[in-house]
Amino acid sequence: MTYMSPTPVLTTLGPGVMPFLSAELASRMQFGWTISVHIIFASLSIGLAPFIVYFTWKDVRTNDDRYARLRSFWVKVFAAGFVMGTVTGIPMSFQFGTNFPQFSEVAGELIGGPLTFEAKMAFFLEAVFLGVLLYGRERVRDRTYVLSSVLVGVGAWLSGFWILVVNAWMQTPRGYEMITRNGMEVAKLTDPLAAFLTPRMTWMYVHMMNASVISVALLVAGVSAYVIWKKPDTNAWNTALKLAVVLLVVSAPFQAIHGDAYGRHVEDTQPQKFAAMEAHYETGQADLHLLAFPKSASALTDPRAENLVTVSLPAVGSFLASGGDFDAEVIGLNEYEENPPVALVFWSFRFMVGLGFLFIGLALWGGYLTYRGRLSDSTRYLKAMIAASPLGYAALLTGWYVTEIGRQPWVIQGELKTSEAVSPTLTGTEATLTLVGFVVVYVGLILTALYILKWLVREELQALGVRESSDGRWHGPVPGVSDDD
Amino acid sequence: MTESLLPVDAYLVESLPEIWFGAVLFALGMYVVLDGFDFGIGMLYATRTDEHERETFLAGFGPVWDANEVWLVAFGTMLLAAFPRVYSRLLADNYLLTIGFVLALLFRGLGPELREQRDDEQWQRYADYAFVGGSVFAPLLFGMLAGRWLFDGATLPMVLTGVGLVAVSVVTGAAFLAAKTEPGLAAELRTYGIGATVAYLGGVVVLLGTVVLTDAGGVADTILSGPVAAVVALSVAAGVGGSLLARRGQYRAWLVSALALPTLLTVLIALLLYPAIYPPTGLLVREAVVSPLALNLVTVLGFPVLVVVLWYFKFLYGVFSGPIEREGYGG
Ligand code: HDD
Ligand code: HEM
Ligand code: HEM
Repeated sequence: MTYMSPTPVLTTLGPGVMPFLSAELASRMQFGWTISVHIIFASLSIGLAPFIVYFTWKDVRTNDDRYARLRSFWVKVFAAGFVMGTVTGIPMSFQFGTNFPQFSEVAGELIGGPLTFEAKMAFFLEAVFLGVLLYGRERVRDRTYVLSSVLVGVGAWLSGFWILVVNAWMQTPRGYEMITRNGMEVAKLTDPLAAFLTPRMTWMYVHMMNASVISVALLVAGVSAYVIWKKPDTNAWNTALKLAVVLLVVSAPFQAIHGDAYGRHVEDTQPQKFAAMEAHYETGQADLHLLAFPKSASALTDPRAENLVTVSLPAVGSFLASGGDFDAEVIGLNEYEENPPVALVFWSFRFMVGLGFLFIGLALWGGYLTYRGRLSDSTRYLKAMIAASPLGYAALLTGWYVTEIGRQPWVIQGELKTSEAVSPTLTGTEATLTLVGFVVVYVGLILTALYILKWLVREELQALGVRESSDGRWHGPVPGVSDDD
Repeated sequence: MTESLLPVDAYLVESLPEIWFGAVLFALGMYVVLDGFDFGIGMLYATRTDEHERETFLAGFGPVWDANEVWLVAFGTMLLAAFPRVYSRLLADNYLLTIGFVLALLFRGLGPELREQRDDEQWQRYADYAFVGGSVFAPLLFGMLAGRWLFDGATLPMVLTGVGLVAVSVVTGAAFLAAKTEPGLAAELRTYGIGATVAYLGGVVVLLGTVVLTDAGGVADTILSGPVAAVVALSVAAGVGGSLLARRGQYRAWLVSALALPTLLTVLIALLLYPAIYPPTGLLVREAVVSPLALNLVTVLGFPVLVVVLWYFKFLYGVFSGPIEREGYGG
């Protein structure tokens, strides 16, 4: 492959004209930005799918109008999210070629397979049966209808599987050898099983799927809490809130326990990234592991285990005291010629883990209230859940920043650098223009998605008989839970 | 252990690279045919002012467009899996065209969804702009991309390919809707469909003539060969025959012959490419293809799935066959 010398960050379009980013920087920002938006909608589909299946099944089976109501609301959210996932997914699949053609060519044999399986096994399934789910209620039998909802869910979880096969391979590449083809050094597939099921894959899949479930459970809980806050006696939404809380009680602690073990796997396979995640531990406690959940017994026999238990925030203090200068002090990172932007990785990691513990707290609080039978009565809890509704996504995104930014300067760990992966024919001007285009369009997209959610909630409140003008919480005695409408 | 399951050093069958060339173009053809009529619906939508008719159009488009669009992803990823260099060069060398195309698709997909969300005239007008604009620009830019692929850098052939794809999309869109709607509306659609057929056939002739004269992409000889002449003749037959059927109100038969046009167009693309797969650099199918193990794997795992996909596509179109119910977009 052609090695590209590092391009200057800024190029200019003639004298006095506005500066443009380099093709490399603009491409990286564009990829990072577009996938951040895509992943929000993709994980919405993944996390919402089990809810949709459950509501649809209950609706068809029991004819209980609680489930009809929830199904109809969340299917609308799912449909809007799906469209946004689709329209943002297509640019993703082209950017491998437009912006990182050297990467596509080097890794084509390895990533092409999983990506085409994703299209054939997952996207088709999802898109075809969503058509049936949205438009086919009167045209197919009940059983086919429920089955369609299941197949849509299977499609979403499978697309997550195949795309993560690709990403996991980029983190821990195996099953290939480098050969020369058409004058370029490219990876040749030698062992498909090894290449598809890299050590990273299982970790990533479990963590990512569970993250999607957590994020959507928080969203469902937040919306339910808001509706209940406005109108406490709604049967359907009380059910939804309880369901979300139960899911959180299981998934939030699991994520922390799993994340802790996952961290050690990263340490084994990508020590440089791990050093970046723990940067501030220059004092030798390099393995802060905020995630020292007293779960894994083997952790105690691990030499690093003692440090693991110190969930010490003072470490953060020492970081601040050092003036935010990571690179100079940190042992480990110094051994590398080029390092990822440590502060980003470090703070992203703290942010994700911190939110993870917050979610455990919210889950346990909700679990306790449910146990006492007062879940919907606690104004404070409802408010907390409303506030927490977008936070799952915040954790999910920052977790990905750890993974992707922490991997830099490599795009394929140890094999190909990001700077070598960028298109040699792309100009900074073109890349900057499209970056600006994507920023503008996707900001519009996100705002629209939020408005749609807002309108759907407002519509639901109207259907429940809450007057437009009633701004605040329901006043007066909390009525007993009764039928809707 | 994989060696026992799949041959590592030899293709499953000797002609597997050529089969994959065919498979990639098959996915492209499915996309051009299926999403083509979606684009056509989007463009014809602009000719409607009646709210009822607009909703009919959207109801015909709603259940299928997304599934149709996945053929694009299938095409792109199959190209990547079998011919990574072609995928890389095609997209990287045509950067702005490609990004423009995906953004057009974005607006096309989003438009109807947004329209559905809010009962506000202004809002719906903007949503309609997105839908119609996306439906025009997506086939135009995609066709131009195909033109760049086939004819190297030549501008006029590139633009003509784009315009041709727009025209053929209008033909299939009109035929698709005519077959599924009431006679009055169908008769109006027929007029657009026949006009677009004439434009399309004329465009193809001008395009091929230009390419022969300028030898863009070095394919002049291919164009003057028997197979290309046959494809052109069949296209004219399908176009003229289809228009006659439409005149007689036989809309289902018209639909069949209308769908033959983009199918033949894809065959034409295949003929113009082969044995090269990336004319701008003269790269041949055999030179660009991945190693035997990788290709064998995607064949063994991918082809059976593709058969299943085709089967449930049939199911989807079965469920939504027959006249469009005016249930609106979103059911
Ligand atoms: C709701 C979202 C969420 C929550 C609450 C957590 N995570 Fe996470 N985490 C993710 C969402 C996520 C993610 C975005 O989904 C990542 C990115 C890649 C992946 O597989 O999952 C991730 C990656 C990720 C990695 C690997 C980074 C890499 O691959 O380089 C580690 C070590 C952790 N997480 C650890 C944790 C710990 C110890 C948590 C304790 C509470 C935790 N995560 C909570
Ligand atoms: C879905 C969650 C993901 C997020 C939020 C994410 C985020 C990012 C970010 C922020 C970058 C830029 C890093 C930098 O420039 O410092 C990046 C790079 C990249 N990611 Fe991801 N990524 C995700 C998943 C994936 C997946 C699934 C793949 C592959 C299939 C992938 C492939 C790449 C590639 C090729 C780059 C190269 C550009 C670069 O390194 O700058 N990413 N990603
Ligand atoms: C961890 C990262 C990713 C996950 C979990 C993921 C998952 C999904 C899911 C669930 C969908 C279905 C649409 C929806 O329901 O919203 C989807 C759509 C899509 N994704 Fe991603 N995706 C990821 C990253 C990527 C990347 C890196 C690419 C680029 C190859 C990509 C390409 C696509 C495409 C093309 C679609 C549209 C499919 C359609 O038409 O339905 N995704 N993705």
